[in-house]
Amino acid sequence: MKRSRNIAAGILVLVFTVSLLAGVIAPSPYAAQFRDFISAPASHRFWLGTDELGRDRWSRLLYGTRISLLLAPAAALLSTCMAVVIGGVAGYAGGWCDRVIRQVIDLFLSIPWLFLFLIVRAILPLNASPLTSVIVTFTIMGLVGWAPAARIIRAGAQSLRHSDLVLHARACGCRGLRLILVHIAPALRPVILAQFWIAIPTFILGEASLGLIGLGVADPLPSWGNLLRELTNPQAVTGNPWILAPLAVLVVVVSCFQLLLPEREFVS
Amino acid sequence: MKRLVATFAVTAASLLAQWGGELRFCLRSDPKTFNPLLVDDEASETVRYLTGGVLIRVNRLTQKLEPELATSWKISRQGRAIAFQLRRGLSFSDGTPFTAEDVAYTMHALMDPALHSPTGDSFRSAPGDVETTVQAPDRITIVFPAPVAGLDRLFDQVAILSSRSPKKEAATLGPFVVTHYTPGTDLVLERNPRYWKTDAGGRRLPYLDRIHLDIQQNREIELLRFTRGEVHLINTIDAELFSRLVKQDPAMAQDAGPSLESEMMWFNQNPSAPLPDYEKAWFRSQNFRRALSSAINRADICRIVYYGHAQPAAGPISPANRFWFNAALKPHAFDPKDALARLQRDGFRFENGALRDRDGHLVEFSLITNSGNQAREHMAAMIQQDLAAIGIKLNIVTLDFRSLIERITQTFRYEACLLGFTNYDLDPSSQMNVWLSSAENHQWYPNQKIPATPWEAEIDRLMHAQAAAVDTTKRKSDFDKVQEIVSDQAPFLYLVTKDSLSAVSPKLRNVQPAMIRPETYWNAEYLALAPAQLARSAR
Repeated sequence: MKRSRNIAAGILVLVFTVSLLAGVIAPSPYAAQFRDFISAPASHRFWLGTDELGRDRWSRLLYGTRISLLLAPAAALLSTCMAVVIGGVAGYAGGWCDRVIRQVIDLFLSIPWLFLFLIVRAILPLNASPLTSVIVTFTIMGLVGWAPAARIIRAGAQSLRHSDLVLHARACGCRGLRLILVHIAPALRPVILAQFWIAIPTFILGEASLGLIGLGVADPLPSWGNLLRELTNPQAVTGNPWILAPLAVLVVVVSCFQLLLPEREFVS
Repeated sequence: MKRLVATFAVTAASLLAQWGGELRFCLRSDPKTFNPLLVDDEASETVRYLTGGVLIRVNRLTQKLEPELATSWKISRQGRAIAFQLRRGLSFSDGTPFTAEDVAYTMHALMDPALHSPTGDSFRSAPGDVETTVQAPDRITIVFPAPVAGLDRLFDQVAILSSRSPKKEAATLGPFVVTHYTPGTDLVLERNPRYWKTDAGGRRLPYLDRIHLDIQQNREIELLRFTRGEVHLINTIDAELFSRLVKQDPAMAQDAGPSLESEMMWFNQNPSAPLPDYEKAWFRSQNFRRALSSAINRADICRIVYYGHAQPAAGPISPANRFWFNAALKPHAFDPKDALARLQRDGFRFENGALRDRDGHLVEFSLITNSGNQAREHMAAMIQQDLAAIGIKLNIVTLDFRSLIERITQTFRYEACLLGFTNYDLDPSSQMNVWLSSAENHQWYPNQKIPATPWEAEIDRLMHAQAAAVDTTKRKSDFDKVQEIVSDQAPFLYLVTKDSLSAVSPKLRNVQPAMIRPETYWNAEYLALAPAQLARSAR
């Protein structure tokens, strides 16, 4: 098991490094259109072929990986931190505080956030760069995406509140923040990490969906989200397996993240 | 000659055609109305076309007017009046007889301001009531308060209602009648047993027993159902799906040539727009607009975005509109050097790969388009690269349609916009709301109190002149000049004219795809199914 975790870590380091060096490694700029090579198959010149506008898929995958791999975990981190604070407080405090937070969580889960994205897009200046647009997108996704994780963390914290571990800590005189940080949070670590890893692909795919309403990564900036949009044409996939490369990278990266999860599952 | 060939084809086909069977195809949405006078959407238009009887029909293939319920007609009083001689002995689907009273009833209902009929708006050239004089059961004269340009063509959209039938709009004179409708699911049209037309062999039309219209929004599913043989045709199909179909079965893919749909972009020239003054100055410059037009490679857009099923656009009228198209106009040639030369005339400088105006401002602006339209997004990306070659930085912004419309019609918070334009009416008078400087849809600077430029004043004059003229040669000459001014001044940069693409099953006979809608079923009464298909329908 340790070996597989080492391999997973190695793969992630490799993917991160390669994507960070996209500017050096990529054979062509991500926006360059080779109009005489539209939807070209994989070749020694275009390793993953070209897309419908003749853009080199390999170059776009490198740049897209950089964007998605940096911003999706950042958004996941933001949402998980919010979930830990909100869910943790609700579960640990209990009583009216728990009831209020639970209702806020339910409210957040029931609101169709698409409208918020539409409003934000309408408010954003038109000349905002694609990078600004994508940072805003992922930030909002992080800010509104904490509720599902908060509900699970709250449940974990609530069950921990009455656990022997916490009772023992209390009996030893441990209270307040020290109790939360030293005893409860480490016990919830597997749950928190699981929520974090789950959030990453969710945000990546969420960004892909938002691309359809113009708030995802704007053309010509690539991301896994807009690279995955090519897969909506099933016929194209059967004849051109290299279109699956972004999906393969996504699966590998998410699997590696999963393998890095601690072995011990949370036991109340 | 083409008309002769078409007539021969229809005659030959009619001799081979068989009765019966059910034609199936998809509507993209529910019809908003079954009242033919209130039609304002594509699905309702389909129902109106298949069920309504009209006095005059525009032949979709030849684009010539053909007599239907009227055997002849004559326009008089400088386009204010039209007299019809009607066919005798016809009945509505419920058996009530068709007379001139029905035409009078329909025209009064159509022109009733309280009804707000979109079809009636086309006839409304001045305030006042329409007058109808029934001289005999088969003769009627209709007089309008002011001359109506292209008056006879407008009757192609007017389905005649029965003045006596208790069923009102459910009583029809067209080839089919609506018999079943499940909202969101399907619509069934059955053969009208009293339809008046017969084929060359004297058999009563239509050949089909019924038309089953499935309501299906998703175009991918529509194509899948078509390839499985569950539907017989796709009336309009986008280029990407069409290219997929061509690979699968080229015989089912029908490209009828240029359609009436074009794609264009324009710059916001509204002086009240919240844009910096230097940007407004760029957009108001003819040289700037023409330079950008020359910098865009239209041929590449046609080849790449539309898979070769589009043509570089020359102006506001598509070549599909045979009579009104100004054949002397050519699309602006792709010539980046000429583009830079034009820009230099306005004081722009191309330095270190970037373009700056005479005051040193970097030339950068945004292009908005509606999200979810992959062809437009691709087109915008190609324009972005083309303009980058002359040092212009273009930011592409895709917005949901409502936000986009709000920006271009109310807040004017945009710099350039990329959208499509479809004009289903061939007559240029239907475009008054675009070309008049005072019009709401004069997109680059709408609702002008007085024309902002001499060339817009000239367009106003020419559009009013062509609308008032009865002589079609004079009208054509005036509208040709409008097209020339638009091409020269480039308030709209016309990019491409899309081809009319459709998918037709080989099981369906007598289909003659046309460039104008309804492209594949415009001759619905002559459509027939192959014998094998009929046997299956019967089972």
